[in-house]
Parts: sequence; C-alpha cells; structure tokens
Amino acid sequence: MAEKMATREAYGKALVEFGEKYDFVVLDADLAEATKTGIFKKAFPSRFFDCGIAEGNMMSVAAGIAATGKTVFASSFAMFASGRAFEQVRNSIGYPHLNVKIGATHAGISVGEDGATHQCNEDISLMRTIPGMVVLNPADATEARAVVEAALKHEGPVYMRFGRLAVDTIFDKETFKFEIGKGQKLTDGNDVAIISTGLTTSIALSAAQLLKNDGINARLINLASIKPIDKEIIANAAKETGAILTVEEHSIIGGLGSAVCETVCETTPVPVVRHGVYDVFGKSGKAQDLLVDFGFTPEVIAAKAKEAMALKK
Amino acid sequence: MDKINLQKKALEIRKGALTAVYCASSGHPSGSLGIADILAYLYFEEMNVDPKDPKNPDRDRFVLSKGHTSPAYYAALAEKGFFPKEDLGTFRHMDSYLQGHPDMKHIPGVDMSTGSLGQGISAACGMALSAKISEKKYRVWTILGDGESEEGQVWEAAMFAAHYGLNNLAAFIDFNGLQIDGPVAEVMNPSPLDEKFKAFGWNTVVIDGHDFDQIDMAVKMAKSSIKPTAIICKTIKGKGVSYMENVCSWHGKAPNEEQYNQGMAELLEAEKKLCGALV
Repeated sequence: MAEKMATREAYGKALVEFGEKYDFVVLDADLAEATKTGIFKKAFPSRFFDCGIAEGNMMSVAAGIAATGKTVFASSFAMFASGRAFEQVRNSIGYPHLNVKIGATHAGISVGEDGATHQCNEDISLMRTIPGMVVLNPADATEARAVVEAALKHEGPVYMRFGRLAVDTIFDKETFKFEIGKGQKLTDGNDVAIISTGLTTSIALSAAQLLKNDGINARLINLASIKPIDKEIIANAAKETGAILTVEEHSIIGGLGSAVCETVCETTPVPVVRHGVYDVFGKSGKAQDLLVDFGFTPEVIAAKAKEAMALKK
Repeated sequence: MDKINLQKKALEIRKGALTAVYCASSGHPSGSLGIADILAYLYFEEMNVDPKDPKNPDRDRFVLSKGHTSPAYYAALAEKGFFPKEDLGTFRHMDSYLQGHPDMKHIPGVDMSTGSLGQGISAACGMALSAKISEKKYRVWTILGDGESEEGQVWEAAMFAAHYGLNNLAAFIDFNGLQIDGPVAEVMNPSPLDEKFKAFGWNTVVIDGHDFDQIDMAVKMAKSSIKPTAIICKTIKGKGVSYMENVCSWHGKAPNEEQYNQGMAELLEAEKKLCGALV
C-alpha cells in the first residue's frame, strides 16, 4: 500500500526544509496547528507571526512585508484565504504583484465533519481570475513539496491549495519534477483523456485501471498548475483522444474543468465532461464517505469517462 | 523646523493637487487639500527619502491608506523631485503612470498600492514589522480617513500593531468630519477615535492637522513612544479653496475652469501673503 500523507502536512514540512535555505517569513491566522505552519513556527519561531483571527488584515500585512523585499507565506483555510480575504488578495497582493505565497489548506469537501461553511469548492475559480496569480493544486505529498519550492522560486503571488485528508503518495520523491505551467501524463492511451487535479488524481489512477479492464485506454493527466495551464498537454490530449473528462474536488464552475474547456475551445474543440462538485454546497460527514457521496470514486470517474467517449462524433 | 517653508510646500501641494484634478476632470480634490499640511511636514521635514534613490531599503516608508487623495500625494512627490511636476497634468489620463489611486509598480516614490480603504494601514503594519524583523531603523507613516475607520480591517490592523509593539508606526487620522454620504457623525459615527485607538493599545494625540507646530509635536511624540501612535488630525476638507471648504459634495468632483481659476487665485494669494511675511 502506498504511503499516505495530507498535502497540508507536506506543506508544513516543506516550509521547514526550505526555511534553512531561503529567507522568508510565515503568517497564519490562528490555524497554525491545522494548516501545519505550526511545524515551521516550532523550527523558526522568530520568523513566524500569528495574525489572530483576522484574515483580511493578514493578507495586507503580508503585502506590506513583501513590499519591503521579503518573501511571505500566508496561511489559512482555503475558504478564508480565498473567500473572506479575496479583495485583500486582489488589491494588496495581486495588483502590486508582490511576493506573497498563499498556503490555503482544508480545500474541498474532504474537510469532512466541519461541513459546508468550511468546505471551499470555489477557491480555484476565485484565485485564477486575479491577473498574475499562479494557482497550484498538488495531488500528493511529493507534489506539494515541489509546489512550495516552485512558489519560492517564482517572482510574484502564488496560491497553493492543500488538503486536510491524508492521501496516497503517488509520485516518487527522488525522481519527481515539477514546473509551473506543466502537467504530467500518468498513463498512456488514446481512447479518452482524464485530466485531474489535487487529491482526485490518485482516485483517477484507479479509474484508469478499471477502464483498462474494460479494454479502454485512458490517458490520465495530472495538472497541479491550473494557472498558468499546460495548453500543449491539453491540446494534444484533445487531438489524440477526441474526448476529455475533467475531475476535481472543486465546483465544476470556474475551476479545472472550466480552465480545460477554455483551452480546448480555443485550440482543439472536442467534447468535455466536467466532473466535480455540481454547483451545490458540501455537508458534514467523514471525508472518505463524502468523497464517495460526491462521486469521487474510481467507478464513477470511469463511468464519466465513458460518458465523455460517447459524446465523440 | 522652517515653518514658512513648510507652509509654502503645502501651498505647492494644494496647487498641484487642484491642477491634477482639474486636468483629469476627475478625482478627489477636497480630501487632498485637507492633508496637504501633513504631507508637507512628512516629505519636507521628517522623512528620510531620496528621489535619486527611491528604492533604498533603509528609507522611511509612507502609505496613503486613503488612496483616493492621490492628487496631494503625487503633488508632494513631484515637489520632492520624484517625477516632473508637469506630469501632474496627466493624472487619471489613459496610459499615464499617475493612476487614479497610488500604484507602487509604476510611480516613483510610492511605497504601496492603495485605494481599497482599510488595507493601507495593514500594509503599513507589515512594513513596520519587517523593519523590526531586520532590525532596521526606518519608520512607517500612514494617513487614514475618518470615514475609512468605519472599515473593520482598520481595527484588525490596530490590534496587530499594538500586539507586535510597532512603535515605528504612526497613523495620521484625517478627521475632516465628512464622507461621501454626509457628515461621518450622521453616516456611521466612528467617534471617539482617540479613545478607540487608546483602547486598542495605541498612544494617541489629537491635534489641528493644519498647524505645523502641533504636527511637529505629535511626530516627536510618536518617535519617542513605546507604542504605535495615532495622530487624530482635525482638518478642514477642501482647506485653502474657499468654495470647497467643509462642502461634502466636493469629495469626488473636479472644478470647472472658472472654479479652478478661482481656487488657484486663492492659493496664489495665500502664497503672496506668506512671502510678504518673509520680508
């Protein structure tokens, strides 16, 4: 069985690892224990500042620190980082294109028991409309670490989306390479393309196996970099498979599905089916049960892939 | 402190602000006129800034939290030599670098992009904290509006500044008593601001925001304080242009040619009197 780790955990660990080499400060809004910036706080107490339960202020404080030349990580739950503080992120951080890296954890329905108020399925959509904002949604712990390093090396604002739930580590730490704006092909196939982001990628891997059992060769693509998006890998998938399924633990409005549709429409129009959260709020429950309830299972993803194939002309 | 020189600089800032708004046929003239004395003191008496080295990491920082009064800010920066005064005539014009609200990416001397109320004071907190982290000696100054203090974020920032002991930060609160929909006391009364800031852990002082002796006293007090300082400045919105003074409707409206000429004539008259005082 694959090793399991939540991407938020990998985020906290990466902050400590890169904290040795890079000079940055970390802010949190009274959620350090949950976002895992608390791991950094313990290692580098003089570089960690709690802003209390005031996310709007935290984002503008981060902007002020960055305006003096420092790199800043600012963390909260995705709901509050992208939702409550949207306008501070847009105007204080985005407009002046400052070096603030937003580490947003507890994204999507896999938050679990806390329910709808804390399950953010809108953050990718909100963040990718801000000019110059990079949006990264890693699939596992290995990719989460790589995303943190890429964000550090990138000049300008970055939104990183992490999850609460421990998920399978699917990428090899030693060989994995991540680049902003590039996706990875995980399986080969020309019958249908499945494009996934975040924790659904490991589920989609199992779906690809189910499809294979039915004699369908699905091309699975993982896209952590939702903005900028890998137009080449999407256009090639459209051209070579003729039908695409997108999978994301996010609203089907404005997220990965929309971003893929935008690229497909403008480059190689083919049918696209968007699988995700269907314009509804989340609810309380165990994360694993919620994933099943919302259709994030190999069986549902395989069935959706067949739906996409059926739309081929 | 050369008070006559500061008064002259304040008049230059008022003329520049009025000209910028007139040339743009758009902008916020009266609030700009109201903060001209504070800006004159900061840029020509207090702050360590050099137009030849605008990005010096050790410079003092200024954040115009009430970013809509950019005409006065730009006039002060032009007067200081950050960019040519003639450029004030391009304010708010298509493709001018002098954007409607302060833009740190394109305007020399602007330390923070502002415009959305309540965010500038938080950014100023971040700059002050950064100075503490790096053990740098620079100070951070910001100007807020009285109406702006209705934004909840101002109080999040106030709590933050006191919590982290940011005594290198001072906020001027431009208390002109007016906001877009009417007197602040009627729209959403923020008073008493001195007591509120005091309760949030700040050092506070109430002064006449057009009196350089009082501004000087308050700034010296801020520099020796162990807490962040809120300088509540009683000001006249539209100060120096008679028909704009204390008139709410001049918040976001440009003067026509006749009004502009009258305003400039009044400011030139004040300048003449000031020069007479020198003889």
